[in-house]
Amino acid sequence: MKMSQRFYKILLFTIILSILVFISAGTFASTDMTTSQGGTAIAPSAHESTSEIQPGQQETSTKSRMPWWGWPLLLFIVTFILGVLAVLGGVGGGVLFVPIIGGFFPFHIDFVRGAGLLVALAGALAAGPGLLKKGLADLRLAMPVALIASACAIIGAMIGLALPSNIVNTALGATILGIVAIMLIAKKSEYPDVKKADNLSTALRISGVYHEASTGQDINWKIHRTPQGLALFIIIGVMAGMFGLGAGWANVPVLNLLMGAPLKVSVATSKFLLSITDTSAAWIYVNNGAVLPMMVVPSIVGIMLGSIVGVKILAKTKPAAVRYIVIAMLLFAGTRALLKGLGIWK
Amino acid sequence: MENKLKATEEQIAYAKLLDIGMKIGLLIIIVTFIIYLTGILEPYVLVNNLPLYWKMPVKEYLEATGIPHGWAWLGMVNKGDFLNFIPIAFLAGVTILCYIRIMPILFRNKDTAYGILALLEVLVLVLAASGVLKSGGH
Repeated sequence: MKMSQRFYKILLFTIILSILVFISAGTFASTDMTTSQGGTAIAPSAHESTSEIQPGQQETSTKSRMPWWGWPLLLFIVTFILGVLAVLGGVGGGVLFVPIIGGFFPFHIDFVRGAGLLVALAGALAAGPGLLKKGLADLRLAMPVALIASACAIIGAMIGLALPSNIVNTALGATILGIVAIMLIAKKSEYPDVKKADNLSTALRISGVYHEASTGQDINWKIHRTPQGLALFIIIGVMAGMFGLGAGWANVPVLNLLMGAPLKVSVATSKFLLSITDTSAAWIYVNNGAVLPMMVVPSIVGIMLGSIVGVKILAKTKPAAVRYIVIAMLLFAGTRALLKGLGIWK
Repeated sequence: MENKLKATEEQIAYAKLLDIGMKIGLLIIIVTFIIYLTGILEPYVLVNNLPLYWKMPVKEYLEATGIPHGWAWLGMVNKGDFLNFIPIAFLAGVTILCYIRIMPILFRNKDTAYGILALLEVLVLVLAASGVLKSGGH
């Protein structure tokens, strides 16, 4: 009881803090936008930035109420909260990061997507080794899927960087709202009933056994509908690269509901899969200059620390309410991106 | 049954290398970011000017700052901001190393289909990393 009360206090504090942060971010962001209109025209050239403008000169801070370090600091705080909520809500950090940071911070969507991919990549790299060693993530299941998804993520990243930001925001908003619908509607199946493995998965020997610690059972699994599943990863890869979202929201339903992998194997393999899919897309963003270390590093550190705290809270309790809070946040951020893209809510 | 319960040889090899690479990458990224923040190495784009740039589309940002595409950052790692691209590139490259690591295991075990899949994946990731693929910008 005490533990539960303590948890709800922490949760309430986190929610209030996140609301305050979003309100302040929104306020400062709108101030920034009105005070630095025409930023392109007054932007110093690289030559000026390195020689004429000396470190410490307040070139831009006089135009904005927020000092330059305010945004990275706020980004760190917000990504920390997102890290906690992502774990408790059972979603990847990337899917929360892009719409929320893109919607309420002054950063251009190009840099937000680049950072979002690296955030999702760092999370997947951190989780991957443990999941592989425990046999929850399956390399044989991941490799064919990863090849298709990573190749298509390159195409998605190139399309995403070539499109105007209003189109990207509109499509992102629509995608996020679609993800909300998937989260609300899609069912999950702990152990899908796969009567017979299909020919392709049999030829590739995609099957396994994992130990279910909660019941002490060893679960045999195999998959079916492999060609259809692989075909869907073409779309998933393109979307992952285009929006920098990570793709756990799509990977898990396809692996679990369509292909019939057990839920735990699907979740773990999906997480590991992101380390490959996001790698290819991340390289496109890095090579095209859409990566700002001042955004990327606070985001990675913030979301990873948040995830560690989230896992500790999760070990004690997991109220269903958190999932609905995450869905509500996605709904709000998705609507914001959509309206921003359509020019209704700038 | 017992054998199947254990992760395969290539899966363990992949996991071990990924674990080491991830830890090294995250450690270096924190160190390079501290160097950047403390100004030990002067950044190419002054931190005071960042709010001007981070709201621009990437194409305008590159034009305004004169930052070149692709791997040109390698020649700029003496700048605090570009120093951070070393761990970023490392983290983005760990997966390639992991695939290269498991390829000989797969071929040795006569798992030719997966050996070829691993080879193709390396080619895809190297193509993405090469900088050959440039976006048109907007």
